[in-house]
Amino acid sequence: MNQIPLLARVFAYLSLLTVGGGMAAFPEMKILTVEVHKWLTFPQLIHLYSVGQMAPGPNMMMIVPIGQWAGGVLGAVIVVLAFFGPTAVLTFIVGRLWTKLEKWPWRQSIQRGLAPVSIGLLLAGCFTMAKGAIFGLETATIAVAVLLLLLNYKINPALLILAGAVIGVLSFTP
Amino acid sequence: MSETGTKLAQPEGIDRGVPPTGVSIGQIFLEFLIIGATSFGGVVPYLRDSLVTKRHWIDDKQFVEMLSISQSLPGLNATNMAILVGQKLRGVLGGVAAIIGICLPGAVIMYIVGMFYRVHGEHVWVTAALKGVAAAAVGLILATVVGLSKKSLADKFDFVFMALTVLAVNRLHQSVPRTLIAVGLLAVLFHRPRKGQKESVA
Repeated sequence: MNQIPLLARVFAYLSLLTVGGGMAAFPEMKILTVEVHKWLTFPQLIHLYSVGQMAPGPNMMMIVPIGQWAGGVLGAVIVVLAFFGPTAVLTFIVGRLWTKLEKWPWRQSIQRGLAPVSIGLLLAGCFTMAKGAIFGLETATIAVAVLLLLLNYKINPALLILAGAVIGVLSFTP
Repeated sequence: MSETGTKLAQPEGIDRGVPPTGVSIGQIFLEFLIIGATSFGGVVPYLRDSLVTKRHWIDDKQFVEMLSISQSLPGLNATNMAILVGQKLRGVLGGVAAIIGICLPGAVIMYIVGMFYRVHGEHVWVTAALKGVAAAAVGLILATVVGLSKKSLADKFDFVFMALTVLAVNRLHQSVPRTLIAVGLLAVLFHRPRKGQKESVA
């Protein structure tokens, strides 16, 4: 049960790294949840993240099972509070200030400067994940196919993830 | 979270034209609960449909501005938007109602998925399906990266900052916060306000 304060600390910290999207925190999440605290394995982390993309709502609800495995129902609740609480408070405060700072010239500088860094963090998270998710021609083909389909057609991404599951069953069952 | 609420004065919540036409906390919770339960494949378009088109709680200009704030701050777009919209409509309690509403369905679903996965995760069919799912998720993130780059990277130096960030995290194994602060500072200074600068970049 002493996992609870640890869960709270780890996920509160991770929450502050999610600039640009949940994936930005993925490299640190891997280090902390897999390597340091061993709450789950790297393949499990990848699986939860990927399956989480099919669920509705904010796309990082895959943190719930991590909390659940490490600390039961309480763990799940703590993880959600820790992961969304700090950023919620920050957004609340900054949201009020931000509209008032419309004339402040640095406001645009900050937004413009953070854009490439946050996209870079997403990409870094993506590469971290790819190391565990892409092996061999089949998986690479699936990833590229999804990328191309999404760039060229208006398709619901959740459906493509589901299609990935079907293709997975067809190509990887012995 | 709710203790901070009592300290803040409510009337400030209404700072823009459009008066929040008596939207109740219950309505806010319900609307975000519905979005949280139905927004398969990405929350933002559902938010726009619901809040701008259907409910008229905010207009399109406000939506875009709130989205740009959400993207610059830590936190997911979905939950940051919930906070900003909820706060605009009903102050602290509105924000709390919105974020709980939007998180609840997905959290319950993933709780159940987690239990199922723990028991059946080793089944051959499940592992096979998960291989495909994970590969597809990589494609999805890449598509998000490309989409965001097209939209918000105008200067060629932006791609240098992006590459530096990737390099720092993946190759030099720097922590995300350190990278964020170092490269972020560099990029913000690069885009610093300049005298008589025209709006367009490069």
